[in-house]
Amino acid sequence: MKNWIAYLLLIVSVLACSKENASDTETYEPTPLPLNIPQIFSNNIIPPVIPNNNPQTVEGVALGKKLFFDKTLSANQTIACASCHAPQNAFTDNTPTSDGIDGIFGTRNSMPLFNLAWNYGERFTWDGKELSLERQAIEPVQNPIEMHSDWDDVVDRLQADNDYPELFRLAFKTSTITKELTTKAIAQFERTLISANSKFDRFSLGQATLTPQEQNGLNVFMDEEKGDCFHCHGNPNNPLWTDNVFHNNGLDATFTDLGLGGVTGDPSDNGKFRSPSLRNLAYTAPYMHDGRFATLDQVIEFYSTGLQLSPTIDALMKKVDQGGVNLSAQDKADLKAFLLTLSDPSFLSNPDFQD
Amino acid sequence: MKQIFALLMCVALALTSCGEDMDDNALSNANINFKFSHTWDNTLINSSNLTTQTLTNENGENINITRIRYLISKLQLVNSSGTTFTFDGYKFTDLENEDTYNFTPENNSIPTGTYTLKFVWGFNEEDNIDGAYLDLNSASWNWPAMLGGGYHFLQFDGMYNVDTTPSPFNYHNGTARVSVGNFEQNFAIIELETPLNITKNATINVNMNISEFFKNPNTWDLNVLDTPLMPNYNAQKMMQENVMSVFNVEGITQ
Repeated sequence: MKNWIAYLLLIVSVLACSKENASDTETYEPTPLPLNIPQIFSNNIIPPVIPNNNPQTVEGVALGKKLFFDKTLSANQTIACASCHAPQNAFTDNTPTSDGIDGIFGTRNSMPLFNLAWNYGERFTWDGKELSLERQAIEPVQNPIEMHSDWDDVVDRLQADNDYPELFRLAFKTSTITKELTTKAIAQFERTLISANSKFDRFSLGQATLTPQEQNGLNVFMDEEKGDCFHCHGNPNNPLWTDNVFHNNGLDATFTDLGLGGVTGDPSDNGKFRSPSLRNLAYTAPYMHDGRFATLDQVIEFYSTGLQLSPTIDALMKKVDQGGVNLSAQDKADLKAFLLTLSDPSFLSNPDFQD
Repeated sequence: MKQIFALLMCVALALTSCGEDMDDNALSNANINFKFSHTWDNTLINSSNLTTQTLTNENGENINITRIRYLISKLQLVNSSGTTFTFDGYKFTDLENEDTYNFTPENNSIPTGTYTLKFVWGFNEEDNIDGAYLDLNSASWNWPAMLGGGYHFLQFDGMYNVDTTPSPFNYHNGTARVSVGNFEQNFAIIELETPLNITKNATINVNMNISEFFKNPNTWDLNVLDTPLMPNYNAQKMMQENVMSVFNVEGITQ
C-alpha cells in the first residue's frame, strides 16, 4: 500500500511544469476587459499591443476615464486631459497649439487619440519621444506649460480624495496611489478609444457604397502618379490610415522644430514627425505638428504645390522641384471627398468616452 | 513491481516533460537559418549607414538612400538528386531594422546533403493575394489594386544627384500593369548556383548587392526613370530583369 507515494510523485512530476497556482485564499481580482477589436481591424491587421504589466480591466478603464476628465491632475485644478483632448474633436482640440493652466501655448498641435494600441512601434507623440502610453501620460501633468503639476502633489490630492483610494484598490488591488498606477489607468482608458465605424469602414465591409467622387478620390490617394498618399497613410488593407512612422514631409526648408531629430540627436532625423492617421480628419483641424493649416484644402494644396526641399526630406515627397504632385482642381476636390469618408461620427458620441 | 514502474514513470516524466522537443534525427537532419547581408559593391550597408552613405550608381549619379524594404518568399533548397525542400513563410526585410536580416522558417529541418538555394523575388501569382497577410498590411506593404493589387516586392527610396540638384527617386517593384485592368506577373525566381554542403545545423549567408538594381542588364538612368515608376510597365520589367543579379550566396556557417 505504499504505492500512493509513487503515484503522488507521479502527480507531482506531471504538475511540475504547470504554472504556479494562485493561492487558495480568496483574493479580489479586477475583471478582465479585453479590447473590443473591430472586424475591420481583425480582418486586416495584426493584433494590438497591450503591455503585459498593464492588462485591460473594467475597473482600470473606469478609473482611467475618471482621471482623464478630472481637473485634479492640473496644479490649479482648471484643466484635465480632456481639455486638449476632447471627445467631440476626436480627442484633440481646435487650436493650432494648446495653452496650459498659465495661458502659455506650447509648440505642438494636440494629437487626436484613437486606435493607440495599434501603434506597433509604440513611439507616441509627434516626435516619438514617448515610448509607451503609460510613459506619455506622465508628461502633460508635470509639463510647466501644460498642467504644471508636481506628481507628488497630484498623488497626495488623489490619495486624500473620498473616492480614488477605493477606485485604485478595485483597479490595482491597492489603495496606495502612485504616479505609475495613475498613468496605467489613464493608458487603459486611452486604449479603449477605438474608432472603426467610418463610411469607408462600412464600404470595406460591404455595408456602404462610395459615390463616384469618393471612389475617384480613393484612386487619387492610391495613384503614384497623382496623390500617392498611401505609402505613409495606409490603404484599404490598412485601416489605421497611418504608418505611425516618422517622415519629413517637406513642410519647411529649415527647421525651428527638429521633431524626431530632437529626440534621437541624429541630424538625419531632423524635421521628421510621425504620420498622423487620416481617420476623423473632419474633426481634427487644424493640421500638422504645429497646426499651421486651418483647413483640409490647405493641406491638400500644400502636398500639391507647397513642398520645400531640405536635406532630410522624405524621398516619397516626389516632384519637390515642382512643389509637389500638382493635382487638378477636380482631383483635389475628389481626394477631399474620399478623405471625409474616413470620418467616424459614432466615435465622437460614444457614451463610453464621455465625461 | 507496480511501484517500480510508477517510480520509473515519474522519473522519466520529470526529466523530459519540461525540455524542448529533441530532434529525432540529429545525425541525418539539419536545421537551417538564413542570414542576409546587404552591400553596395564592396561597401557593407546596414542600419547605421543606410541613410548617410553617399553612393554612385552605374550611370554615374550620386545617391543617398532613404529606405529599402523588400520581400522574398518560397525559399527552397534543391539537393543534387533534384529533390526540393520548400520552407514555409516569407521574408520581409527592412534595412533599417537589422532583426529582419535573419530568417528562420518554422519548419527548418532538412536532411543533410548538398543543395542549391532558390527563392521567389516578391510573391508568385499564387501567393500574391491582395490583403491576405496581416503583418504585411500592418506594414503598409500593399500594392495598389489599380496596378494589380497584392504586395510590393521592393520599396527603394532615395535622392539622386545629391551633389548638384537633389531629386527623389522611388524604385518600387511589384505587379506590372500592361494597360488599365490588364496586369502581368512580375516576380522573379532567383536560383543561386553556389553548392551548399550541409553537414549539420547551418546558417546560409546570402548577400544583396544593391548597386545591381541599377546595373545589369539595364543601366538605370535616374534622370529619366525616377518617379513614378509603379505604373510604368517598362520600368517594372527592367526591374524584374535587374533583380536577377542582385543576390549571391556568400557561403554557409555551420
